[in-house]
Amino acid sequence: MVRFENVGLRYGLGPEVLRDLSFQIEPHTFQFLTGPSGAGKTSLLRLLFLSMRPTRGLISVFDSDTATLSKDDLSMLRRRIGIVFQDFRLLDHMTTYENVALPFRVMGRDEASYRNEVMELLHWVGLGERIGALPPVLSGGEKQRAAIARAVIARPQLLLADEPTGNVDPNLAQRLLRLFIELNKSGTSVVIATHDIGLMDQYDARRLVLHEGRLHVYD
Amino acid sequence: MTELRMNDGTMPRMADLLPRAESPIVPKHSIAGRALIAVVAIMTFLASLTTGGVILVRSAAIAWQSEVAREITIQIRPDAARDIEAEVQRAGEVARNWQGVGEVRPYTKEESARLLEPWLGSGLSLADLPVPRIIVVRLASGVSVDLPALRRSLTDQVAGASLDDHRAWTERMGTMANVSVLAGIGILVLVLAATVLSVAFATRGAMAANRPIVEVLHFIGARGGYIASQFQRHFLMLGLQGGLIGGGLAMVVFALAGIAADLGRGTTGGDQLAVLFGRFSLGVTGYLAILAQIVLIAAVTALTSRHTVDRTLQTVD
Repeated sequence: MVRFENVGLRYGLGPEVLRDLSFQIEPHTFQFLTGPSGAGKTSLLRLLFLSMRPTRGLISVFDSDTATLSKDDLSMLRRRIGIVFQDFRLLDHMTTYENVALPFRVMGRDEASYRNEVMELLHWVGLGERIGALPPVLSGGEKQRAAIARAVIARPQLLLADEPTGNVDPNLAQRLLRLFIELNKSGTSVVIATHDIGLMDQYDARRLVLHEGRLHVYD
Repeated sequence: MTELRMNDGTMPRMADLLPRAESPIVPKHSIAGRALIAVVAIMTFLASLTTGGVILVRSAAIAWQSEVAREITIQIRPDAARDIEAEVQRAGEVARNWQGVGEVRPYTKEESARLLEPWLGSGLSLADLPVPRIIVVRLASGVSVDLPALRRSLTDQVAGASLDDHRAWTERMGTMANVSVLAGIGILVLVLAATVLSVAFATRGAMAANRPIVEVLHFIGARGGYIASQFQRHFLMLGLQGGLIGGGLAMVVFALAGIAADLGRGTTGGDQLAVLFGRFSLGVTGYLAILAQIVLIAAVTALTSRHTVDRTLQTVD
């Protein structure tokens, strides 16, 4: 599904923040991406999410060499990847329902064709009563669930989550982890970037550990 | 019946339960958007005033030139040896029978004398002074007149006659009018450039507030063209709103000025304005020029937003 070969990344003329990364993410797998702050987790997530090109090396996503793809082709690939941002990135002028339905809307689908799907997912993540609420009135946990719902609504083959439990209490963190596990069981490959050891200890999964720009994989 | 409750046990608000009409991708009402409308409206108003002013000056200049060019003067110099009244009558007849001449009006001796009052004062007896006599000849519009032949004919048939076609005066008027119009066009170009630049920068400022929306759309897989078209449409509407307010206000100002000028006819000030600017009316061309300006400014707003989206997407990738 995703293949990195000798990937390196530097910003401008600075030192390499990621060095010689070679690994694969297989379909239907679950992995934690971890490492100390500043180790390059967010940079690696951005490479995985195709919002950045590596300085060197090869990145292949869904069997396509990302270096050879046009911007529109990258957009089409991005539709097969869901991402949950640490800061949620919900659009404040849209309701919870509209935020979650946004991926369908940009695909040009008619609202009637996805309404039930969105409503069902919103109920599944516990936001069935908040469909008409705007993000500024949602709690942190509700925002997090709305962001996750938006990331998975289009049934992505790969889900990336950047510190998804960083802003929530342990109880909610546990519920969110269960949500990711359920998604993985339904066929989505999941990568959760976190430095929360407690969270990782709750689920036996592959660990990708970044340290000083290098990646160590613990299967 | 199952009662719907929130996680915290409270009843949900109806507004939370009912989906609203689909929100636009780009928020309609924002402080930055309103500020942009204000900038566009003010700049369009100023540019429209300048455009209207240039059109008025140009049409007035053309009117002055054609008015002066359509009028010629025959002067009969007094000579004790000749009967000046007979010469005036004879010159008048020559002019009247000439092809292309519309109206011939010989000034009486008293009228000719009155022309000198500004220099000599009133109450003086001018009977013994050799005051030349004037015949004002108005040319028919749309007909070309052979003025050199008329001049020759007059001097052949009337000894003391000379013809003044105001050529030097017309040329000076023409030069002055052209300079005025050129200066006006220069000012208009500067105002339009300032308008385009300020609208472009105001649009970029308003777009900065929308950067998170561009990023989110990009990250959920929207194509660049889709994102750009959303913003282009939104900013086109903002530009049109501002342009219509500013341009519309300028049109109202010109229309009111035209009405006021018509109402002021007969008063000293009104007549002076009429001499300077004719009917003080922009005409269809003027209003069309203002409408074109509104469209131009709205297009600048839309294209700048598209360009900013493209640049934002380049920095995101």
